[in-house]
Amino acid sequence: MAPYRTALVGGPVVAGLAVALSIGVSGAAAAEGTLHFYNWSDYIGEDTIPAFEAETGIDVTYDVFDSNEVLEAKLLAGSTGYDLVVPTGIFMERQVRAGVFQPLDKDKIPNLANLNPQLMDYLAQLDPGNDHAVIYMWGTTGLGMNVDMVTERLGADAPLDSYEILFNPEYLSKLADCGVHVLDAPTELIPIALHYLDLDPNSESRDDFAAVEQLIGPIRPHITKFHSSEYVNALANGDICLALGWSGDVLQAADRAAEADNGVVVDYVIPKEGTLMWFDTLAVPADAPNPDAAHAMINYLLEPEVAATISNYVAYASANDAAKPFLDDEILNDPRIYPPDDVLGRLFPDRASSQTADRMRTRLWNRFKTGI
Amino acid sequence: MTGAAGPEAREQAERTWASPGASPGGPDRDRPLTPIQRLVARFGRGLVIATPYGWLLLFFLLPFIIVLKISFAEFRLGVPPYTPLVTWLEGGYLHLKLALGNYLFLLDDPLYITAYLTSLKVALVSTVIALLIGYPMAYAIARSTPPWRSVFLLLVILPFWTSFLIRVYAWIGILKNNGLINNALMALGVIDEPLPLLNTEVSLYVGIVYSYLPFMVLPLYATLEKLDVSLLEAAADLGSRPFKTFLTVTLPLSLPGIVAGSMLVFIPAVGEFVIPDLLGGADTLMIGKVLWSEFFSNRDWPVASAVAIAMLVFLVVPIVIFQHHQQQHADRTEAG
Repeated sequence: MAPYRTALVGGPVVAGLAVALSIGVSGAAAAEGTLHFYNWSDYIGEDTIPAFEAETGIDVTYDVFDSNEVLEAKLLAGSTGYDLVVPTGIFMERQVRAGVFQPLDKDKIPNLANLNPQLMDYLAQLDPGNDHAVIYMWGTTGLGMNVDMVTERLGADAPLDSYEILFNPEYLSKLADCGVHVLDAPTELIPIALHYLDLDPNSESRDDFAAVEQLIGPIRPHITKFHSSEYVNALANGDICLALGWSGDVLQAADRAAEADNGVVVDYVIPKEGTLMWFDTLAVPADAPNPDAAHAMINYLLEPEVAATISNYVAYASANDAAKPFLDDEILNDPRIYPPDDVLGRLFPDRASSQTADRMRTRLWNRFKTGI
Repeated sequence: MTGAAGPEAREQAERTWASPGASPGGPDRDRPLTPIQRLVARFGRGLVIATPYGWLLLFFLLPFIIVLKISFAEFRLGVPPYTPLVTWLEGGYLHLKLALGNYLFLLDDPLYITAYLTSLKVALVSTVIALLIGYPMAYAIARSTPPWRSVFLLLVILPFWTSFLIRVYAWIGILKNNGLINNALMALGVIDEPLPLLNTEVSLYVGIVYSYLPFMVLPLYATLEKLDVSLLEAAADLGSRPFKTFLTVTLPLSLPGIVAGSMLVFIPAVGEFVIPDLLGGADTLMIGKVLWSEFFSNRDWPVASAVAIAMLVFLVVPIVIFQHHQQQHADRTEAG
């Protein structure tokens, strides 16, 4: 979910790289040949791949995508030729059920022990026993806003820390003139709306969907655009003042605005009602030509120093507890990247649903967007 | 499209093929043919015709049959995500299962029909606008002096050297609230608030017309350029006013170009996905987007295939009928 992350932190990468180069890679001795790695764009450290190649002698063919749906279409068509891919949790759950992935050989990944057990428990709800996937990075879906434009229109007392400014038409109508973007995916706004209504975010009930429709219908006229990547630039340029977007992408917009020095201040908010959290996972396709190399890469990416180097660079949270000492303070102490425990308790992981519920949700989504 | 250019193309082909027979006299006339020459003489024409047909068979018919096949399957979670149509049962029985539900489903939900109709409307309006802009352009190019003509033609083709996606993105920069047009108008004091241009029907039409205009201009130019100027002179000599000459001489003679250009704009515009996605508003739902969400969000390849097949039938049948009429009309005119 991080198609647009680039360097947030430049300096420490070099220091991190020196550490990364000096560490040994256990469990990779048997692997050789070529590894085909298919990852989100701008979602890895600058020197992670060359360092891995130097350590293991495995050649890496690195390829990038920017949408879960595209990755899934390839995986379901079969014979992708990839050894290692990075689907987001709910997509991974369904792909596991479709038989797309092979079980991981945990003996080849001793660094699994570095992962945060609580987060891996969350992931186990999607992949029972954590048999097929490990967490690469994780983040949240929340509100990106142009602080000045929003306060100017809503006043200083507005609940900027609440989903109310999105779901209450009284607030949102005042933001319509400066522009509101919403992620164009039925799997984002609808679970969040269910949760906002105190319903089960993974509900598949028709009544619950109807309640969502009642909630979001009135805000539709005030939404400028449904799109899953344009909001990054639009927020950074001051073209829009509110977006429902992914944490890292909004932080990227904030970073770009600061770099451009255009007077735009973008902030990312995890609303107090709680929000959707998601995991991007590492998984090995069942027909991977070189599963040994894939396991070696997974283990390498879970090395504390390597994981920290990547997190410092892409500014997404790592699930790697052992990596924390190596993280930059500005990443580790940023509550928007690493939410404190009380906020963490209010997050809910997304879950895949049945084909019928998927269709119902997509239909609701189309009706919401177009009125048809 | 092929039929529109048909009469001329065929005529030209006949001329070309007729020439060896028409002038049999030559130094080689009595020399016995080698076996290869005999083969070429006998099957050459067939071979030449077979090449494009083979191409169509491989790259159009075959994918079409695969899509047709999937449209009769049912969704299942797996690789590939649809059921096989044909299964072998025990005892050597062949079991064929066609699921028609995908097509019935399309009729069931107004979403699909509305999206088809919206797409047709958008494509039709875009084609008319492109014709109104493209015709004067093509006319001016055809009537300019040869050195200028090549310059103008180059200018028409020039945008293709930049990626289509980048050109569409450029329009975002021009049309957005904070963009070129709004900033210019506000600086001139014409407006106080930015005009909402981006993500509206206006921006959608601007994007489609802009992107497909060269496909309208080039076939129009090709017909207009071949137009015999002496016909216009004759009309003028006989006292016809320029406008009347245009209506009664130029316009009918350029009809094949109009048809070819309109088809080249209309057909891709119906299925357009990228331009509505980037420039269009959320309430303009075109069939390309519906297809995308069936395929990617619902992962329902069979329904997505049914949407694609229905679109093809919806479009191709009227076009074939139209071309058939055109053909008959052209034949009658030739005969008359």
